[in-house]
Amino acid sequence: MLGLPANETRFLADAEQIAAAIPDGALVALPPDYSMPAMAVVRALIRRRARGLRLLGVPVLGLCADLLIGAGCVAEVESSAVSLGEAGPAPRFTEAAEKGLVRVRDSTCPMVHSALQAAEKGVPFMPLSGVIGSDLLARRADWKVIEDPFGADRLVVARAITPEVALFHARWADAAGNVWVGRRRELATIAHASRACYVTFEERRERDMLEDELLAPGVISSVYVTAAAPAPRGAWPLGVPDCYAMDDAHLARYAQAARTQEGFRRYLDEFVLNAVAA
Amino acid sequence: MSYAPEELLACAIARMVEGAAHAAVGAASPIPAAGCLLARARDGARPRVSLLHRRRGNPFSEGSRELFDLAGQGRIDVFFLGGAQIDGEANINLVEAGGRRFPGSFGSAFMYFAAKRTILFREEHTRRVLVPRVEFVSAPGCPAPQVPRRGGPQALLTGRALFAWDADRRRFRLQSVHPGHSAEEVREHTGFDYDAPAAVPVTPEPSAEELALLRGPVAALVAENYPGFARRVWG
Repeated sequence: MLGLPANETRFLADAEQIAAAIPDGALVALPPDYSMPAMAVVRALIRRRARGLRLLGVPVLGLCADLLIGAGCVAEVESSAVSLGEAGPAPRFTEAAEKGLVRVRDSTCPMVHSALQAAEKGVPFMPLSGVIGSDLLARRADWKVIEDPFGADRLVVARAITPEVALFHARWADAAGNVWVGRRRELATIAHASRACYVTFEERRERDMLEDELLAPGVISSVYVTAAAPAPRGAWPLGVPDCYAMDDAHLARYAQAARTQEGFRRYLDEFVLNAVAA
Repeated sequence: MSYAPEELLACAIARMVEGAAHAAVGAASPIPAAGCLLARARDGARPRVSLLHRRRGNPFSEGSRELFDLAGQGRIDVFFLGGAQIDGEANINLVEAGGRRFPGSFGSAFMYFAAKRTILFREEHTRRVLVPRVEFVSAPGCPAPQVPRRGGPQALLTGRALFAWDADRRRFRLQSVHPGHSAEEVREHTGFDYDAPAAVPVTPEPSAEELALLRGPVAALVAENYPGFARRVWG
């Protein structure tokens, strides 16, 4: 297994520069809608006409995946689910999956976490209980049933997943390149497990956050952060806790518009291709 | 006293989770959330209710894996699962049916084994949903040899009826039909076979006390996390 880099964080100008750094075809780990997806970068990826991306939902996906799929940026989705939550099904994902326009690798939440935790620890696989008897197993060559070496039970093991890119938004970045995500620790997991980690942030802090006992537990150390760029309201229309709330009305509007390819195109024209953010 | 169908279902859930130590509620489940919060409001303390998608004051500080780690250790007593299809052996399908794609299995393939008991919940009660055999097993209802399983199905609650799960017979048993529905209607709209007593009881209606709690403290908490649902049911 190849080693992962110890980074010295680069600061980039904006979300466009991060989108330019993410290569076509990359395996990109993304968080759920409640966990600060880097929406400004998602829009920039669509503007730069990214192609062949493979998305990994940690452990599920929402709006960011639906936008990228609808815009033709995605070849494959591995996730435990893709949905817009209260706004309903993810319409572009649903249609693309039904028409076979994207490959879907169905997973289940704790298996995604386990496979990433294996990568975090640098071990080849991680066991999980349950799952045996689910039809998910037959579709996953990277999951195997083993016998517990210390007992008689059967267990599933997931091969480690090392994403090429982790991408998310953070509340703060400091001058050292540390980023603060608070309790959203699945972001730490994908940052730890991935070869490269790109982060947009709301605001810059000068003081090293790892020197602050109250902030440090919510920090992802710069050792994991390849590059960071400012993006005020960069998670919009999703939320950043205590900063701005998820824009439910906008999500409902998207869910309605994206029911058809034409409606989705109009949405892209208005909110992605010709506009930066609200 | 008049009540919404969602309020009847929340009360049915509250009765099932009464006395549990820890109930967890996953994605897009406002009625199970309301039911658990109602049980807690009635008791004053139990169950601890962990709403996975709580926007503020989320119960987990180790990210979304913490729910599964808690369940893996046996710290979750009650969990809820739904299904695009549910069959008579309590298998659930959240992936695909009849050429249609659904969101996906979420944590079901693990939680169905790890939580001490699981309440299956789906408002739509039709032969499209309640099928003889699911087309895809996201999570199996019955135990398999050499596969450790702490829990399994406890009940199936729909918009028409409540079924209890009989683990020995591996079959559902009709426990009650909701007011305004009949045992014949339930049989007609259920695609799998199940047991039923000669006289099927009616699901109890919400009491004035339950409705007051639902429309007061419970609605306020549900609205924070499911604003659309709260507006629809409680205005």
